[in-house]
Order: sequence, then structure tokens, then C-alpha cells
Amino acid sequence: MTGNSDGVFFLTGKDFANAGSASSNLKGILEKRGIPAEIIRRASIAAFEAEMNVIIYAVAGMMHYTITPETIKVVLQDMGPGIPDIGLAMQEGYSTAPDYIREMGFGSGMGLPNIKRNADKLTINSVVGEGTTVEFVISLERSGR
Amino acid sequence: MKLFELVESLSLDVKTPGADLTREVTGGYVSDLLSDVIGHAPEGAVWVTLQAHLNIVAVASLKGLAGIILANNRVPEEGTLKKASEMNVPVMTSGLPAFELVGRLYALGLRCR
Ligand SMILES: Nc1ncnc2c1ncn2[C@@H]1O[C@H](COP(=O)(O)OP(=O)(O)O)[C@@H](O)[C@H]1O
Ligand SMILES: [Mg+2]
Repeated sequence: MTGNSDGVFFLTGKDFANAGSASSNLKGILEKRGIPAEIIRRASIAAFEAEMNVIIYAVAGMMHYTITPETIKVVLQDMGPGIPDIGLAMQEGYSTAPDYIREMGFGSGMGLPNIKRNADKLTINSVVGEGTTVEFVISLERSGR
Repeated sequence: MKLFELVESLSLDVKTPGADLTREVTGGYVSDLLSDVIGHAPEGAVWVTLQAHLNIVAVASLKGLAGIILANNRVPEEGTLKKASEMNVPVMTSGLPAFELVGRLYALGLRCR
């Protein structure tokens, strides 16, 4: 499959029953396009972490993806509390997750660092009291990494 | 090693009837932190954990893990098994504590790579 494709998945805060399904669907789409496994692996990690953050912290949101021959771009936009200090949130181990989330094995503060490590580009914009937009890009060209 | 061989030698209790146990197990991973598993578990690994809620299935599926073993007689939640069957992720349980379980998997030749 060549050319561009895009789509959107809707996410609901605290909907743990369906958490991860947007990332799974995206992975399936990338596989159908014949994208190399190592790139799919990185995209899946980043998408899952970003999706879980919307489920855990926001009220609702969406994951929008655009795939071109050059890049995979994923944008997660949510309505939620926002992130007051993005630099702090990016630190490994920093988490505001409540106890019941930590008991589930989330909230280890590795999500945003995992996204940064696996994406070629990460942009976070947030307005406290309104919401957060997380955008990451993974290059499909050999020069990307 | 095939998953069913592992089930046999460790007397694991398979909780997902109809799950594909012919899958090749190429490694192992142990963790209860989902970001750690998402970030570091190798594809084809069997995952030992105490987490029994349904999000472990999405993690295993996304990472292409061979299966999940719940240690210490942890009981998978009902939603976990339903999701696991839907997504064809084998879920097994063991009465052994995680330390013991991982030791035996290691002795069977599995590594984290
Ligand atoms: N979409 C979001 N909305 C609000 N806060 C967020 C969002 N994503 C991340 N955060 C904040 O950034 C922190 C760090 O996120 P992350 O690195 O994913 O670790 P964790 O989710 O394990 O806490 C979170 O604890 C939370 O305070
Ligand atoms: Mg997170």
C-alpha cells in the first residue's frame, strides 16, 4: 500500500476496558502497509503510552494518525486537566497518578520518556484546565535514525 | 521452545481455552510495571506478572508476546480472560511465586533478549 492514509480513534477517560485498542488498531494498519517491524515496534510503544495518558488523566480525547511514504504522524488531543510543567512531566519517574492507577502497574512515570525515546520528534502543548496535545512523528526514511 | 512444552514442564494452568499454544517462546520477561513491559519486553517472550487486570492483554498483544503467566496463584479478572480470548493471547497461572517461576524458565533456557 502506498500513498497517504489517515484516520481517527476516539478515547474516553477511565475506559480501561477498551484502553489500548486505538494503539492496537494503528499497529494493524501499519502492518497492512508493510512498514518495517522495528518502526512498528517504536510506533506502538509511543502510541500506547500516549493513549494510556489520555485514558488515565483526561476526560476524553482522540488519536489522529497520518501515514505518508515518509512519516507516521500521530496526534493525541484531549480535554482534561492539562500539564502545568511539561519539563517536569518529561522526567523519568515523575508521575501524578493516583494509588489505584499505580496498583494497576501504570503511573511509573516512564510514559512520556518512552514516547520521546521511540519517536523521532515529540511536541507537547498543554493548557491547564483545558487539555493537552501530544504529537509524535516517526520517520520512515532510512535517514530518520 | 513451544508454549505447550512450557505449560507441561511447569504444570501451568491454561486459563484461555482454545489459545494458540503452538506459538514459539523465544524469551522471557518479568515485571508488574506496564510501561516497563511496553518499553523493554522482547517480542515472543513469555511475561511473568502479578497484574491480573485486562490491560495486560493489550500490552501483550501490542508487543507480540507469546503469553502471560500470572504468578503466585493470581486469579485473572473475568474481563481479562474475555479480552485474552478475543485477542488470542494465552493466559496461564502458576502457584509458584514469581522468583521461583522465573528461575525455572531460565533453567529451561529462556533469556531476556
Ligand atoms: N494527557 C495528559 N493530561 C494530563 N496530564 C498528563 C497527560 N499526560 C501526562 N500527564 C502528566 O504527566 C505525568 C507523566 O506522564 P508519564 O510520563 O506518561 O508517566 P505516568 O503516566 O506513568 O505518570 C503524569 O503523571 C501526568 O501528571
Ligand atoms: Mg503515562
